[in-house]
Amino acid sequence: MSQVGQGPRDPAPSRLAYRLQRLMLTPSVRRGFVFGLPASIMVLIGVLALSDQDRRDAMGLWWQQVKTEIQSREEFMVKLMAIDGATPDISEDIREILPLDFPMSSFDLDLAQMQATVAGLDAVERADLRIRPGGVLHIQVQQRVPALVWRNPRGLDLVDGGGNRVSTILQRGARPDLPLIIGRGADRAAAEALELVAAAEPLNARLRGLLRVGERRWTVVLDRGQRILLPERAPVGALEQVIAVDEAQDLLAREVRLVDMRNPRRPTVRLAPEAAQSMRQIKMIELGDD
Amino acid sequence: MTDLYQSQRAMRAMRKAAMQRGVIAVLDVGTSKVACLVLRIDGPDQFRASDGVGPMAGQGTFRIVGAATTRSRGVRFGEVDTMPETERAIRTAVQGAQKMAQIRVDHVIATLSGGDPRSYGLAGQIDVGGGPVTEQDVARCMAACDVPPFGEDREVLHAQPVNFALDHRSGMGDPRGHMGNTLACDMHLLTVDSKVVASLIHCLKRCDLELAGVASSSYVSAIASLVEDEQELGAACVDLGGGATGLSIFMKKHMIFADSVRMGGDNITSDIAKGLQVSLSTAERLKTLHGGVVATSMDDREMIALGGEETGDWDRDQRTASRAELIGIMRPRVEEILEEVRTRLDAAGFEHLPSQQIVLTGGSSQIPGLDHLAPRILGQQVRIGRPLRVAGLPEKATGAAFASAVGLCLFAAHPQDEWWDFEIPTDGYPARSLRRAVKWFKDNW
Repeated sequence: MSQVGQGPRDPAPSRLAYRLQRLMLTPSVRRGFVFGLPASIMVLIGVLALSDQDRRDAMGLWWQQVKTEIQSREEFMVKLMAIDGATPDISEDIREILPLDFPMSSFDLDLAQMQATVAGLDAVERADLRIRPGGVLHIQVQQRVPALVWRNPRGLDLVDGGGNRVSTILQRGARPDLPLIIGRGADRAAAEALELVAAAEPLNARLRGLLRVGERRWTVVLDRGQRILLPERAPVGALEQVIAVDEAQDLLAREVRLVDMRNPRRPTVRLAPEAAQSMRQIKMIELGDD
Repeated sequence: MTDLYQSQRAMRAMRKAAMQRGVIAVLDVGTSKVACLVLRIDGPDQFRASDGVGPMAGQGTFRIVGAATTRSRGVRFGEVDTMPETERAIRTAVQGAQKMAQIRVDHVIATLSGGDPRSYGLAGQIDVGGGPVTEQDVARCMAACDVPPFGEDREVLHAQPVNFALDHRSGMGDPRGHMGNTLACDMHLLTVDSKVVASLIHCLKRCDLELAGVASSSYVSAIASLVEDEQELGAACVDLGGGATGLSIFMKKHMIFADSVRMGGDNITSDIAKGLQVSLSTAERLKTLHGGVVATSMDDREMIALGGEETGDWDRDQRTASRAELIGIMRPRVEEILEEVRTRLDAAGFEHLPSQQIVLTGGSSQIPGLDHLAPRILGQQVRIGRPLRVAGLPEKATGAAFASAVGLCLFAAHPQDEWWDFEIPTDGYPARSLRRAVKWFKDNW
């Protein structure tokens, strides 16, 4: 016999269960349960953990410690510096301006700043820095090559073809192989000066130097006080013209003080006073007195 | 009348909102079972033309994502009888369907099989004065239909314009834009008991559901069971349900008559229970497993154990009955139902229709032998119909018992134009009288 008082099970959900299921099927509520609730719990844990000052400090300390431990590993240490392409005294200068106490971690080296420092040296044209495997800081230096001696108010300087100062010398005799340039702004026109020196090759034995006048034009100074005044524009052409006349008529071997080519269409020659006197007497004899 | 018009319009707006959200549920509250299907509306672009799937009978736009059925309680003759019980049954079905679909549904389209539906044919006629027919004219024409006095406590469930006629041209589907003088329309009006609708709505409200539409079960099961040709040429659909048998007549794809007989499968079950002295649940089991309506000599020898009572009386629990006895009990009741259907069809003038096709559907149409019995009563062109296949429908819900649920899906996706879908006629505005005055002048001078 079936049990009395216990009817068949009612499959219907209660009103509360029905409403709760409908609430759970609401998209926003569902999303809140699936993503929002776990995310907010995580955030809450993080906030609670970080609200303590001591714990924050400990975490910062621990982080610094880990960082230092990794950076000071053997693999990242730089033990010595190698300099290539520099004369001994320049490498001495480089070692002086880069005060590094080896061994140190490669994370502490600021290569860009060091390169700027090395390239800031007058004698250095460019510098390449890299850390080679094995813990070597390798500096490849390309030095400036002096091309001219520049006499300026501060003394005698060596400059390269671009007019950059290389070093100072105490007397002209230290580098007799280099041509001399004089005058303010002469270093900025060093390239033109080199062209002129090349063009004045036939006069090489007599050339004393090049004088920059008013920071705009060149005057070629020869021995015996002879000068060739060159124009601002195309000075090389003008010099070649003078040399051509010299080769044809021995212009510069005569008693000529000055060849003025400043106006190329009106070359002028100034004679020495005695020569001018003799010339006048000769003319008077030729033409007769009075 | 206007009150109902407004409430039906509100339901249409609700249905539109549900379509926007893309989820709607259909609920078939029947006498023997409550079925709930959750539809996902995908819009018309679900299939591309290259897929080879066109919008077949308008099913391409939705998919059933949740389905649940539960035994109905508290419903008699297709009407809510015990409200808390019915509410619990609805809750069970809706919760099951929601759980399967994993979507919450708020809008529901329900069907009504009881409520003593009555059909009325209405006719209206207006003068459109030779111009093209506008939407306003159509609305005015429908408003011109003289509504029969169907009583205070009745409510209009369907009001479908079934035919438009412009001058001598009849059978127009859409008169808008045509030129003519006289526009006439025929409308089919279906009314039900307003108390029955109200109690169903109340049940749904208690389940936190919004009603987005109500349809007659005779109508929707015909949509699902009649094939397109039958709807076009004329056919009757008989939905043999649990508590009520719905019948509807279709012609030119419009329902022109609907009625319901307050008899069904439950009456057969109670007959068996009374005749064989068994409980209702045993009688239901005997009916579904061994039932039939045509007895053969074999059935005399097939003895069925009636057991399962557990009364404690051994002799009573061991009773048997021959299958012929069972058939002898079922057959008169089935005959009675079909006779009643025949009477109703005759009263509606079905015999005058060119096509005499009758389609039997609903749970009770699965009784073996019905296809031999029904032609004797209803005429030769009878077939047993199963509902259309729709996308995503579970296998267990494809039977004839789910004809009205499937029909509701089709109805939800593609509702027919009803009276309240048209514009409200704006009568008596000044321009009209002015125009009339101008016309009078033109005619007289």
